[in-house]
Amino acid sequence: MHAPEPPSSEAELLAALRSGDENAFSALVDACGPAMHRLALTFVRSSAVADEVVQEAWLGALRGLDGFEGRSALRTWLLRIVANIARNHASREARTVPFSSLALAHEARAERDPALPTDRFQGPDAPHPGRWVSFPTSWPTEPDSALLSAETRTFLAETIASLPDGQRIVITLRDVEGWSSAEVCSVLEVTENYQRVLLHRARTKVRAALEDYFTGESP
Amino acid sequence: MNNEFSCQEMTEVVTDYLDDALEPDESQRFERHLTYCAGCSTYLDQMRATISHTGMVPREESLPPALRERIVAQFRTFRRG
Repeated sequence: MHAPEPPSSEAELLAALRSGDENAFSALVDACGPAMHRLALTFVRSSAVADEVVQEAWLGALRGLDGFEGRSALRTWLLRIVANIARNHASREARTVPFSSLALAHEARAERDPALPTDRFQGPDAPHPGRWVSFPTSWPTEPDSALLSAETRTFLAETIASLPDGQRIVITLRDVEGWSSAEVCSVLEVTENYQRVLLHRARTKVRAALEDYFTGESP
Repeated sequence: MNNEFSCQEMTEVVTDYLDDALEPDESQRFERHLTYCAGCSTYLDQMRATISHTGMVPREESLPPALRERIVAQFRTFRRG
């Protein structure tokens, strides 16, 4: 997880950019470009298209720079441009577009189901409805990252890649990229609550996959 | 009086809890449940571990050099145009 590094003064940076200062521009590309590219990759999943999206986003940013009013951080503004362009690309490819109204309505129906299989809990007629049938099996939860093997990391990456679009994008931004909830909502233009529902489902599935992976038992 | 969270409810509100998005009284109920339920304590630990493990997924750290070059070249063209 990496926090974005704020420039010493965003106003100074903006003034330099508007005056055509190439060094200031290059520094901004180095500061925000990698996160923009990774964001594009969560939407389009082809590196050639992600490259195109990012290049187009920078052109959009150059065009919009004079009108940028600083209501959000420059970084957030750039990321939002990437998200919008990536969505347009996805719709041109006639794919389901993550966070479009159609995709939202579809996912929202599924979101009402419980995140965990209900048979993990005692039923309504049992002595203790809603209590664990059997406790979750323990697996290594040490925060020591050195214990996490390359194989485990690859397994996690594959698990995340297999999630539905909305969940995959939100867990990537929150937990891989380490964005705040506010930044995710601002860039994706979704509500905090909806963002958290997607995050919850994604984390629940990844936890279950890890349980399965570490204990060899069905989640 | 039964306004305690069930284990199943605990697993549904855990993300809200970790995001500090529960109402204060819900947050208290959540923490009270943890004091007597080993299963939910394990579950919470595992959710926290899931988050920190996910933070270790490898990711690209810099722009592909050719792309970076195109972006800067685009800036020069734009400035001239």
